[in-house]
Amino acid sequence: MKESTTYESAATLRQVAQHYGNVAALDGVDLDIPARKMIGLIGPDGVGKSTLLSLIAGVRRIQTGEVSALGGDMANAHFRNSVFARIAYMPQGLGKNLYPTLSIFENVDFFGRLFGQSREEREWRIRELFASTDLTPFRDRPAGKLSGGMKQKLGLCCSLIHDPDLLILDEPTTGVDPLARRQFWELIDRIRLRRPRMSVLVATAYMDEAERFDWLVAMNAGRVMATGSPDQLRRDTNEKTLERAFIQLLPEESRRGHKEPQILPWQSTGATPAIEAHGLTQRFGTFTAVDHVSFRIERGEIFGFLGSNGCGKTTTMKMLTGLLPPTEGTALLFGQQVKGGDVETRRRVGFMSQAFSLYSELTVRQNLLLHARLFDIPEDAAHKRVNEMLTRFALESAADTLAESLPLGIRQRLSLAVAVIHEPEILILDEPTSGVDPIARDGFWELLIRLSRENGVTIFLSTHFMNEAERCDRMSMMHAGKVLAQGAPAQLIAERKASSLEEAFIGYLEEAADKSVSSTPSAGVESDDSRAHPTKGSGAQSKFSLGRIWAFTRREAVELRHDYVRMAFALLGPLLLMIVFGYGISLDVEHLSFAVLDFDGTPASRLYADSFRGSIYFDEMAPLSNYDQLDRRLRNGELRFALEIPTGFQKDLQRGRQPEVNAFLDAAVPFRAETARGYIESVQDHYLTRLRESKGLPPVRKPVKIEARALFNQAFKSIYAMVPADIMLLLILIPSMLTALSVVREKELGSIANFYAAPASRLEFLVGKQLPYVGVALIQFASLVALAILLFQVPVKGSWAVLLAGGVIYVLASTGFGLLISVFATTQTAAIFAAAIITILPAVQFSGMFVPVSSLTGGAWFAARIFPSTYFQAISVGTFTKALGLPALWRNLVALGVIAAIYFVVSVALLKKQEN
Amino acid sequence: MRNLRHIFKLGIKEMLSLLRDPVLLFLIVYSFTFSVYTPSKSAVMDVVNASVAVVDEDHSDASRQIREALLPPLFLPAVPISFSDINRAMDEGEYTFVIDIPPKFQHDLTKGIAPTVEIITDATAMSQAGRGPSYIQKIIDWEVRPFWAGGEKSRSRELVRLVTRARFNPNMQQGWFVAINQIINNISVLAIFLTGAAVLREREHGTIEHLLVMPLRPYELMFSKIWANGLVVVIAAMASLFLVVKGAIGVPVAGSIGLFLGGLVVYLFSVTALGIMLATMVRSMPQFGLLAFPVFIVMSLLSGGQTPLESMPIALQKIMQFVPSTHFVSFSQAVFFRNASASMVWPDLLKMFLIGCAYVAYSLTRFRRMLAAIQ
Repeated sequence: MKESTTYESAATLRQVAQHYGNVAALDGVDLDIPARKMIGLIGPDGVGKSTLLSLIAGVRRIQTGEVSALGGDMANAHFRNSVFARIAYMPQGLGKNLYPTLSIFENVDFFGRLFGQSREEREWRIRELFASTDLTPFRDRPAGKLSGGMKQKLGLCCSLIHDPDLLILDEPTTGVDPLARRQFWELIDRIRLRRPRMSVLVATAYMDEAERFDWLVAMNAGRVMATGSPDQLRRDTNEKTLERAFIQLLPEESRRGHKEPQILPWQSTGATPAIEAHGLTQRFGTFTAVDHVSFRIERGEIFGFLGSNGCGKTTTMKMLTGLLPPTEGTALLFGQQVKGGDVETRRRVGFMSQAFSLYSELTVRQNLLLHARLFDIPEDAAHKRVNEMLTRFALESAADTLAESLPLGIRQRLSLAVAVIHEPEILILDEPTSGVDPIARDGFWELLIRLSRENGVTIFLSTHFMNEAERCDRMSMMHAGKVLAQGAPAQLIAERKASSLEEAFIGYLEEAADKSVSSTPSAGVESDDSRAHPTKGSGAQSKFSLGRIWAFTRREAVELRHDYVRMAFALLGPLLLMIVFGYGISLDVEHLSFAVLDFDGTPASRLYADSFRGSIYFDEMAPLSNYDQLDRRLRNGELRFALEIPTGFQKDLQRGRQPEVNAFLDAAVPFRAETARGYIESVQDHYLTRLRESKGLPPVRKPVKIEARALFNQAFKSIYAMVPADIMLLLILIPSMLTALSVVREKELGSIANFYAAPASRLEFLVGKQLPYVGVALIQFASLVALAILLFQVPVKGSWAVLLAGGVIYVLASTGFGLLISVFATTQTAAIFAAAIITILPAVQFSGMFVPVSSLTGGAWFAARIFPSTYFQAISVGTFTKALGLPALWRNLVALGVIAAIYFVVSVALLKKQEN
Repeated sequence: MRNLRHIFKLGIKEMLSLLRDPVLLFLIVYSFTFSVYTPSKSAVMDVVNASVAVVDEDHSDASRQIREALLPPLFLPAVPISFSDINRAMDEGEYTFVIDIPPKFQHDLTKGIAPTVEIITDATAMSQAGRGPSYIQKIIDWEVRPFWAGGEKSRSRELVRLVTRARFNPNMQQGWFVAINQIINNISVLAIFLTGAAVLREREHGTIEHLLVMPLRPYELMFSKIWANGLVVVIAAMASLFLVVKGAIGVPVAGSIGLFLGGLVVYLFSVTALGIMLATMVRSMPQFGLLAFPVFIVMSLLSGGQTPLESMPIALQKIMQFVPSTHFVSFSQAVFFRNASASMVWPDLLKMFLIGCAYVAYSLTRFRRMLAAIQ
């Protein structure tokens, strides 16, 4: 790989502006970001930091202005694709770009493959990364089961696997505990030592982190306010801390009203504690998440939980709220034991969970209103309260924005606002200020302090910010499910003879870690590059790479393999349906219920009615005695038809006066009625023939002899037509449903960002996505054909080769259709609905399964032509029942191939490679 | 009272979410317009627009008469083909029927020698193959009378005349039936998928956890989804009934629309509950799709709307009694076509309601377990 040292700036922005609707995220930014440095992006929430980073990373479309990164124009798709191999981008949100069902190893391995690394290369890289992030012992744990901090470390490993020249991290340590955060930055430092060429661009809300960066960009309201080293910024503003400096940099109106929260000492009242935990324990299988935790929190007290990620803070809080029944021990709120169904207690508690759990499809105001109403706040008071919250949490400008388009920090504020909207007596807040900017954080603390001191609200919160922990009246330090120490912050510092709370906390943690695990943090990454590492895979920058396709395929397949339920549904479902349909779907009409209204009651009339008896086609019901009955019993569905034999039937018959028998048919189901009419007419013919014979009359002469010849299915057995059709039906419905969520799910859950940032083309991505589903569908195809032959005894009379070729192309088309839906839909709900509603109509109604294709007209005809099931129906019935081969069926094969290709090409065209 | 208000407010939220998804809204419109109209106009399981070819080896007035008598709506205009094309055309499924009129056809007729006409049928076209030949035979019999020497004397009357009278759909228009059946299908698919997906969406986005720390009970959540999604479906279905079924297709609805509406509400209760139940049985949206879709396919094909219930094995008929759509299909047919009164259809209504209650009860027991599984 060539040394790219020709550029002095890691990234350059000229007049960059970006709008979402009417909101300007970036408002004319000019910036030169120096290369080979550690650069921090600081600023309040929602000022455009994330947008800026995503533009540089090339995952978002540039609206106006110029962005270049690593010396090239990021608006140029060609350049972008070549430079992706040298950029790593980790989006905001805890593990948002990870695949939760994949193990830690599989996650990183996927990224390695994506960048074309050989097996050896991946192995040493992963070993090294895991060693330096302490992830080695957890390599087989699913990413979804990791704590927030571990997810972030894993995300970093995924970003670093390909030795990027530009590492872009969007709030990488939000929600990560101090120890893990320290390790995280040490890791970055070590990597930079080894790869001095690398530029690191980080957005952060932690000012103490910003201290360690070489160069800072302070942003506000879509503009750059200042740039320079931390020292420079402090000097320019005459402030001692960066946090203060940053606040000084903000325009007057933004910091108006800001003051350092002042906390009054808290006086114990000695009343019943608001929250109590006695020996609270939670086990998940053999894993003990919370281990005999006890504490008492008095009314009006602010109690903090400080602990590493995954130490059981969240689980403890869930037990307190009744979401999770404890395995052992008791939790009490207001002196009463917490019960799952206790609605009245919940009314007095406000809860905010760590992950954003509000409705992303509602606006900020709608979310607030919904919660106000669900807490039964009267309507006008609710509106007032909502406005109050909007002001208090500085959400007015975002009031009518959908929650999904809010930046992390503002979402957190919204969650907080929701938690306090009903003026609860207890607040349980799980990392409420993660990702919130310093000013908003201080504002929030002011509110908490007021609630506590003036209104006597009890507050129980967890935090990673030391200055927040210091503000708590009492706190508890947790590790691995156990409480390490409890007491007032000052007392805890004193006990450890530490200089700060952070030092005290890390001291406790290291002590506990030494006790439990003997392994200390890794020895680190070897700093000498001289070691003969295998070099980077050659495929990384080529236009089309089988390796990348395989990376996508493998990832999708592993995900599918981990999901036993889905595999079982996918493989057994079609078989079960086929069995049900094979026996159940039949056009054979039998057991038609009928009754006789015999007005004559003579031997002749009875003889007539007798001709309908004893047939499997008819089931006789109790006789009718009048028209009213006839009408009623037809209307209520008891009878399919009724025979009316008139008075004088026998007499008229004897005198040759042609008596008239009426058959009343229930034609609500016309197909059945038509068939019934056919049956009745043939019974009548039979009766007449015998009658003539008995009277010695010659048979009626017909002008023409008809010789009816039925082709392909002489016995007119439904099964020979239906079983091949069932295969056609199931192979379009199930594979398209299976594939329909593949892309849209990544869009909805966020991991699509990996594709945006990867040096992979849309073609590679979609081929990779489709392949595993084609594999599953082929297994389905094989098992369905086997079932048809073995269970239903429907043999393949025609060409096996055509059937197999048809099957393969057909599943390419049906999975391709699923893929098309997935690329097009914006939500999973829409995608599964589309897969169901769009496939079933042409497959059942227009494919020839029930109605011959040659009879279709208009829209149905058109739909049948453009949908693959029509062509495979011809192939399936043709090869199974009609004993046909290539000469009669080749057109269908060609048509299927063309359709499959069109679906794929349209999918590629519709897929976006950047966010808007 | 408070519970009802919660259910109401949460339901409003459901609707807001729904309105945010243009693709979904488009699909709802599609499913109640195109997918009702098109099949009812064309894809009918009957001898309608049957494709037929004639091999005319006689080229006489009589044979032409037959050819020209094969007319819509039963048949598409007959296509003349040559004898040697028969096999190829049948193999490729171009025609469902081929009529072979022999040489000297008219000549034989006038001599009173009954000539033999061959009707070749593609017996894999199950919905037409059975009855088509007898229709064709009737047409031929009728059309050749003027040429037939034995015509007059053998028009001896049958000893007994049979008159068939089709009730409720006098011309046996299959399209009416298909239209109603498509509406039922779309009601089912919408109700199951909308409600089920709404539950899973809350799970996957973590919002359900938030709701359960509020003074809400699981049943409030459940009923809010039932009413909100149910209402969307009711509106869409009724609009489709008036605009598409009655308006565009022109089906004369015999029964009481009010009664149908009542039954629709009961059905939606049971089928939205089914959607929720299925959602509580799986862990993710992809799993839901793969579970709910087969359930819907079974409902769509085996409830008596596509093929008659009586044609199925008894055991399967019994099982289908536990599926609400079976009762709704029978209810709808009764009300729409047979003008059945409430006193006739109440057993169907009661069964649908009871099935719905069973689904709700089961879902409630699953709900807590499902939440524990979020961990």
